[in-house]
Amino acid sequence: MARPAAISPEAPLLDTQSPAEEGAVTTVGGPLGWLDERLGVAKIGKAALRKVFPDHWSFLLGEIALYSFIVLLLTGIFLTIWFKPSMAEIEYDGSYQLLRGLQMSQAFESTLHLSFDVRGGLLVRQIHHWAAILFMAAMTVHMLRIFFTGAYRKPRELNWLIGVVLLSLSMIAGMTGYSLPDDLLSGTGLRFTEGAILSVPVVGTWVQFFVFAGEYPGDAIIARFYMAHILLIPAILLALIGAHMALLVYHKHTQFPGPGRTEKNVVGYPMFPVYMAKAGGFFFIVFGVLILMGATMSINQVWLYGPYNPAQVTAGSQPDWYMGWVEGAVRIMPGLESHWGPTTWSWNIFLPFAVLMGIFYTSLALWPFVESWITGDKREHHLLDRPRNAPTRTGLGVAGMTFYGLLWAGGGNDIIATHFHLSLNAVTWFLRFAVFLGPIVAFIITKRICLSLQRADRERVLHGSESGTIVQSPDGGFSEPHAPLSHDEAYTLTQHTHHTPLEETADVDEHGVRIKNPDAVSGFRARLSHWYSGDDIAIPTKAEIADAAHHGASDENSLEGSSEDPAQLHS
Amino acid sequence: MRSGHPRRRRTAARPLSLILALVLLGSLYAALVPSGQVAADSGTSAQVAEGKALFQVTCSSCHGLNGEGTSQGPSLVGVGAASVDFQMSTGRMPMARPGEQAPRKVNTYTAEEIGKISAYVASLGPGPAIPHSSQYDYSKLSDEEIARGGELFRTNCSACHQAGANGGALPNGKFAPPLHGVEPLHIYEAVRTGPQQMPVFAAGAIPDEDIAAIIGYLKGLEQEPSAGFTLGGLGPVTEGLFGWIIGIGGLCLFAVWITSRGARAK
Repeated sequence: MARPAAISPEAPLLDTQSPAEEGAVTTVGGPLGWLDERLGVAKIGKAALRKVFPDHWSFLLGEIALYSFIVLLLTGIFLTIWFKPSMAEIEYDGSYQLLRGLQMSQAFESTLHLSFDVRGGLLVRQIHHWAAILFMAAMTVHMLRIFFTGAYRKPRELNWLIGVVLLSLSMIAGMTGYSLPDDLLSGTGLRFTEGAILSVPVVGTWVQFFVFAGEYPGDAIIARFYMAHILLIPAILLALIGAHMALLVYHKHTQFPGPGRTEKNVVGYPMFPVYMAKAGGFFFIVFGVLILMGATMSINQVWLYGPYNPAQVTAGSQPDWYMGWVEGAVRIMPGLESHWGPTTWSWNIFLPFAVLMGIFYTSLALWPFVESWITGDKREHHLLDRPRNAPTRTGLGVAGMTFYGLLWAGGGNDIIATHFHLSLNAVTWFLRFAVFLGPIVAFIITKRICLSLQRADRERVLHGSESGTIVQSPDGGFSEPHAPLSHDEAYTLTQHTHHTPLEETADVDEHGVRIKNPDAVSGFRARLSHWYSGDDIAIPTKAEIADAAHHGASDENSLEGSSEDPAQLHS
Repeated sequence: MRSGHPRRRRTAARPLSLILALVLLGSLYAALVPSGQVAADSGTSAQVAEGKALFQVTCSSCHGLNGEGTSQGPSLVGVGAASVDFQMSTGRMPMARPGEQAPRKVNTYTAEEIGKISAYVASLGPGPAIPHSSQYDYSKLSDEEIARGGELFRTNCSACHQAGANGGALPNGKFAPPLHGVEPLHIYEAVRTGPQQMPVFAAGAIPDEDIAAIIGYLKGLEQEPSAGFTLGGLGPVTEGLFGWIIGIGGLCLFAVWITSRGARAK
């Protein structure tokens, strides 16, 4: 009960401390001096080495994604040495007995060769696949961290947009990689993709012919996906990651609020030597974990699936996890189809695939702008929000996660049915409703929890920390004295902004003439703003804190018949 | 035990060696009497009569006193001896309780008892007989023939049983069971009799040598080592699960550890 709220610890360095000693730069000698005289590296290097990064475990989630990407590049280079992106049919004559003599594409044959006959080939293949899984997962949790702490707010909206593009492009990178080995599972995934393209009304058939160079499966798709997977998409990803990190350096890293931390400074450790060691060490940890995963846990055992044959299919055909929610949406969607004139509208695929993904990524991209429009907040933010201090945003985030998670479960409905002894149909029907009801319930519960936490913070600031000591007064009343909070904790609990909901502005003046007002607030926007921040608990004011301190000193909180004003706390 | 009483050990040795001899004899008997031999005598009327008596005790409450079927269970006229042998030897019948599908469980009947009931059910109407082991013998197949069995498996079986033979879901709580550790005889019988939700594959669709190739492939799969923990062999769903739990979960712990260490000891 008396545990104090976490306060961001003080770190020894502020970014604002930058000794401007010009003479120090010129003393570099040796090769560095040679480079400095030509490129001026000392100045850049000094700035870079003294760059301060704040310390919090959740700031390393993006680094997991970055390091997985580096591992993907390294292992991918190894794989390209052996992989042959060709759909030419050949007979397998390698060392895996159970497929010997079968006709298969050269792509699958080279994957088998890579797995069984190249030294370390299977290990590298498994590391590559695990790294892809980790890359997408790390990007996702990184994005959730950014979302829940409001780190996408001005001036970082552009970086958020780059992140959304990175996320969707990486999904395509993963999808193309999944299709390359040309085994039964990847071929089934390719068939799914083909169906999804076909379901796009009017242009779908044309696009499908364009992508596959004719009828499915044709003989071009592997080579085309290979080009996209190893050249086109990684090049764009690299460029965007570069921009993402350049903007990170330019904007400076956000930090959690705490004493000594303001919108104008960054409290943390300098790049050299502290952060370099931490980040560099973390790279090796990520690499090590991936190698361990690749060495001990089998992934995508293509030889079990066999060569792709459009006439075959296997139970439990699923995409990798990042496409699982789309797979789930398709699985739980009722089979609706319309025929209008010569066109077929496959709603059962088009809605859960193209429309759902379109809505999802568009809402992600638009969210920073929508939020700032709703709150009317146009200021810069370098201090992060504690999730409880933005209850509606946190609620929306959890609702989104619930929606995603339920669709995700839908993607594995057969595994859930067999392993938990449930009926496949029951799981599907449950999800059909839960996908809509679950997010609403999650939103309400999360928002209520956030508001309760805000109330608890407020109470803690006003009345201090519960001491756990019960005192009986001479006239028989029981009370519990409260210990006053430390100054630092009180600051941390009260530093955030309380958004006042926007009020509707009149659009006509007293003469009934329309006012041209660029800051006009429509009724709809005002209602939205009230819904967004109208329930937030007021931050205790200076006067309230002083009053409460005075009140607490003269009359300790009585347990029977609390003397605090209920209207104040529970409004 | 080394410090125990030698006299006592000597007195216990006699009954123990007797039991050992009995167990050995029994095992030898069980090993030497093949179940097929029981089925081979299925024409004898005594066996049918004994089978009928057993049937009326263990099966008739659902399948009817004469195997004609009730609202609880289907008619067994014409299902054949192979069907009975499969259902009972794999423990699926008698069912422990009514349900969508009888799961595989430990069989508590002897081969002799099953043979008697098989003979009785076979006498109700013609159906697939229990096969001779030569019909599904895969020991002489070449690598290429076994690989062809894999193709046949992926064409005919993997849609329900999964490419790695780890099983899959069917509608309304039904399922296709995993095939690891299933006797070749039972695989053959299942293909021919179509138990539970499984379709019947007649000899015209899948000849005996093809079943042998499929069995050879499945037995080959069991021998193959996996590249690390199989994670259930269920494909991307479990891979994603482990990627999140071990990958993201583990690295988050590392991240907490790294950031909890300051540059200076405080």
